[in-house]
Amino acid sequence: MDQPAPPLIALRGITKAFPGVIANDDISLDIQRGQVHCLLGENGAGKSTLISILAGLQSPDSGRIELDGETVRIGSPKAAMDLGIGVVHQHSTLVPALTVIENLMLGERGLLQNRARAIARLDELSGLLGARIDPDAHASDLGLGQQQQVEIAKAMWTGTRLLILDEPTSMLTPQAIDSLAESVERLTAEGLGIVFITHKLREAYTMGDCVTVLRAGRNVGHISTERMAELSEQEAQRTILTAMFGDDLAAAGGLEEAAELAGATEAERETEAVDFATRPVRLALRGVSTAGSTLDAVVHDIDLEIHAGEILGIAGIDGHGQTALAEVVAGQRPAASGAVTLDDVDVTGLGVRGRQTRGLRYVTDDRLHEGTVGSLSVALNLMLKRIGQAPFWRFGQIDREAVDTEAMNLIAEYGIRTPSSATRAGTLSGGNIQKILLARELGGGANVVVVNKPTYGLDLKTVRLVHDLLAEFAAGGGSVLLISTELDELVELSHRIGVISRGRILGVVVNDGPTTAEKVGELMIGGDHDGE
Amino acid sequence: MIDLLSPAFLITFIVGCLVGTVPLMLAALGETIGEQSGVLNLGIEGMMLVGGYAGYVATLSSGSSWLGMLVGALAGAALSLVIVVLNVWLGLNQIVLGIAVTLAGGGITSVLYDQLYSKTAPRADTGGALKIPGLSDIPVIGPSLFSQPGFFWVTVALVVGVGFFLRRTNWGLSIRAAGQKPASLDAAGGSVMRTRSQAALLGGAFAGLGGAYLAVFATGAFTPFMTNGLGYVAIIVTMLARGRVLWVALVSLLYGVTVALGTVLQLTSLDIPTDVIGMLPYLAVMIVLVVFARSVYISPALGAPYTRGAR
Amino acid sequence: MASERSGRVRGIVETVVRSVLPVVLALIAGGIILAALGKNPFVFYGAIVENGIGGTNWEDSLVMMAPLLLIAVGLIVVFRGQLWNLGSAGQYLLAAVVVTGIGPWALKTLPAALAYLLLAVAGAATAAVWTLVPAWLKARFGTNEIITTLVMSTIGAGLTNILIENVFQDPELNTPQTSEIPIADMLPFIPGTQVHVGFVVAIVVAIVFQVILSRTSFGLRLDVFGASPKAARHVGISSKRMIVLLFVISGGLIGLGAAMDMMGEWGYLRSNWNPHYGDAMIPFVFLARLSPVGSIPFVAFYAVFATGGTIASQQTGLSVDFLSVIVALILIFMTITEYVGTKRRLGQSYLPDELKNTVRIPFARLASRSAA
Repeated sequence: MDQPAPPLIALRGITKAFPGVIANDDISLDIQRGQVHCLLGENGAGKSTLISILAGLQSPDSGRIELDGETVRIGSPKAAMDLGIGVVHQHSTLVPALTVIENLMLGERGLLQNRARAIARLDELSGLLGARIDPDAHASDLGLGQQQQVEIAKAMWTGTRLLILDEPTSMLTPQAIDSLAESVERLTAEGLGIVFITHKLREAYTMGDCVTVLRAGRNVGHISTERMAELSEQEAQRTILTAMFGDDLAAAGGLEEAAELAGATEAERETEAVDFATRPVRLALRGVSTAGSTLDAVVHDIDLEIHAGEILGIAGIDGHGQTALAEVVAGQRPAASGAVTLDDVDVTGLGVRGRQTRGLRYVTDDRLHEGTVGSLSVALNLMLKRIGQAPFWRFGQIDREAVDTEAMNLIAEYGIRTPSSATRAGTLSGGNIQKILLARELGGGANVVVVNKPTYGLDLKTVRLVHDLLAEFAAGGGSVLLISTELDELVELSHRIGVISRGRILGVVVNDGPTTAEKVGELMIGGDHDGE
Repeated sequence: MIDLLSPAFLITFIVGCLVGTVPLMLAALGETIGEQSGVLNLGIEGMMLVGGYAGYVATLSSGSSWLGMLVGALAGAALSLVIVVLNVWLGLNQIVLGIAVTLAGGGITSVLYDQLYSKTAPRADTGGALKIPGLSDIPVIGPSLFSQPGFFWVTVALVVGVGFFLRRTNWGLSIRAAGQKPASLDAAGGSVMRTRSQAALLGGAFAGLGGAYLAVFATGAFTPFMTNGLGYVAIIVTMLARGRVLWVALVSLLYGVTVALGTVLQLTSLDIPTDVIGMLPYLAVMIVLVVFARSVYISPALGAPYTRGAR
Repeated sequence: MASERSGRVRGIVETVVRSVLPVVLALIAGGIILAALGKNPFVFYGAIVENGIGGTNWEDSLVMMAPLLLIAVGLIVVFRGQLWNLGSAGQYLLAAVVVTGIGPWALKTLPAALAYLLLAVAGAATAAVWTLVPAWLKARFGTNEIITTLVMSTIGAGLTNILIENVFQDPELNTPQTSEIPIADMLPFIPGTQVHVGFVVAIVVAIVFQVILSRTSFGLRLDVFGASPKAARHVGISSKRMIVLLFVISGGLIGLGAAMDMMGEWGYLRSNWNPHYGDAMIPFVFLARLSPVGSIPFVAFYAVFATGGTIASQQTGLSVDFLSVIVALILIFMTITEYVGTKRRLGQSYLPDELKNTVRIPFARLASRSAA
């Protein structure tokens, strides 16, 4: 009998360490032709590092990679391409100022551009992907779904045997996800091996022929194709969850909680229902528009009301004006027209500091460059929005003791893990930096808080903590404008959910039953059709 | 007062224009290549001076202005190695390095000139103009445009060449990607470091050519700090042209016109101080910058060192 | 405890090494260049020390420190905000021409103290105004201030010449220069020395700005703005106002330096004179980690170096521009020292990955070829 054919790609004992963290710890796995291999794990589990190694962006410290049974060295992205490994990265690698065809030709050899050949190749791939793309359109003018098709075409440009999709669904509408699934099916039919990376359990189950779970840099569980076929959905979920959480399963609050965190099931609202007719309106936007040059910097004619104790969610695809909405409320961006009122007082003319003192706060999504200053101490970062205020500053002079005492209190209250209050904030983990932001914005007389993508890139335990903090804040009478791209999060926390697309609020759905997600999804699809 | 439309006057004007335009255009072309790839070369002034000095010395000692230009280009490229190694390879602060290159280039050429030539101040023999047969007999533009040094036509060819190179070759595509979004070039299998190194070297060579043209053809001699800020004007031209080579040529020509205006104003009987005339081009540049400030464009990745994996 | 102290000592030693090493390396490299030019570097450097410190020359060095230190503080303020004011030469000259232009008149008609105050304010205001165009362009359109300050500097130098020759020309002289402030009217000396009180002003300004930058809310806002304009906007700092303010302070201090220099040392300005103080200060303010008080020893070093170096150059028959070569070398060695220090602290390799591959691949190829 013949030897069974070796897998398309086999990883053997891949280990990669960065200062202070082992990103990949002795990972071994096989990827077969014609199959979708799902890599599942929470943020920080080591998925991205593993992909970087396969893409030739990082070299492993130890371990080897076999392609068709032969050991290969992937020293550069070019080497990966030459071996037939194509990668669609989570963040777009298209150059916005170049046209589609220029983007695709980028990296080709030879002095002169061979446009005719490139267009022929694009036609070929368009057929395979089931998408038609204008080669002379600028990459910046494409919709997100189309951009992704171009990314896939680019990954397959020089002939690919293995295609890696890194969190491909994170930016897509439900409808675009369906069409992605169709493309993936066509590609596996051609014999390609596909690695599909996700942090959502549900997706792993529906998309994958087999699943490998990563936790803290290790391969902690694999469900083979055969097992996958045998198991019922619920059994598969249970197996995966046990692997994902391990001993932490109890800490995460049992199987059910864990399933919810990992996005296994449809989310349900957890905050208590409140009759808002009896509660005063805290924050109101009336016909607010902003001016700007990019899609994310513009909102048109926004009308919103948030009551005391209410969490109003804003759903939408990333980059559709969420930043502008958050900033115009926080006072960082001037309103071109319309009015913002806080407790029935017009605050349109006030800046950040004026609104801050009235209890309006903003937890930004850019934690590292906007929310904190990495080179300053944790203590000063906690005080950033109170610079110059008594009792921490007297006659313009800082009272270091007062600042330090206040900082120590906040560090204890929010459980910020830092060696000391004098440690530079930039050295802390993402989760602890987010705690700094929350401690600064939620404390000290906050009434209304704008929260933008509060759990993006965080590990599941911190996600839990952030959700609890926000729910608690609202239960205590505070109002929250929760902007997120995670529908599950919105459904879990919000009382009402508005949908934003191209800077407009398309509608607001009351979160009162299991059909909320569906209604929000319909609004989102409508918006996407309008635009493209 | 001389007749403003007399052939002699027009010839002086056109020649003055070209003399003012060419060194700037060469330097700005080099800066454009560099900036398109994401390298902001603030040392361009120093590179022009070193190129000018080297070109002058080579022309003096060999008697060939062609060799002088070549040596000028090589000297500019050699000095740009500082930028290549320390900025492109190691990611060190380009502004500090640019200031250092400018100070070093200006200082060392001044010291050397002072040691070797300040007593005699010899003039370089450029070998005269290249009179294009037939065309050089046309009135006015014959003795001006068509009686330029041979290298003038090389410059024209370089403008066309660089335009083609940036738009139509894979190399040019890589350069533009390196300046727009280096991570994309990296992911596409290109080398950001190699592409930027090549662009920075080319930029240095062009700056050296510009300086050499200034010393050898425009004035016939090197004098310390003779560029007097021309390198910075080249950076402004680059900012205004936004990577379009035709615009580099046009904006440079506009600068040349103001230079020539100053020259011909001195021929008139109007009593305008030379300091005012010397200031005119800079004033013009500043006014243009204020008027077009809105449309000044800088590549998104300009000056940011590229580290793989850093966001 | 003991380890904490030894750690702190190591930290201090490292800071000193990082600050001094670039200067030492630059002097060595400069020495090699001198030798290549056929000059004896030991003689040259010896002459610098002798002429910069020996006899009463140390007083000349202190006199030179007055404008240098004020300009250094002026640069520190903008550099802390990550803004580049590279047009100090033009700002200095314009302030100088205004001070020397109206100086003789002011000192003749007003009480001395009032006249000094008026001239200092006039100098500071002139230079500050000259920064407004770059500041406005940066604040309004984000136009690169490096280039605009440089070009404005060139224009400023030209305008200075025009003012000297056409407005403030000394009618009794044929050379283009302003009328002189009578020696008796110039700034008084510190008792017992030949050093004018401008030196004291400079030291006081450095100390005041040290306090402002390290202890006040403005200093912290400036640090936030410098670290990240986005963060500054987030906490409610207006970047437009900050940019203009920083440029005006910077220009004002540079103009104050010019006023002290003119009132205390020169007394007149002739055309085409340009000391380029600001360019020389750039490496030293960075070596002092942008600390005003910390920059004092560096400024003192350069003052000695420049005072002695100018004479040493003349003695050895070398262009004085050699000094700017040394300054350039300090800048280059400074960036390299920083790089090596940072990489060492982080325990990272000195070569970037891609460069390592570029170096390794030819060797690997060679090896595989020889194996085959």
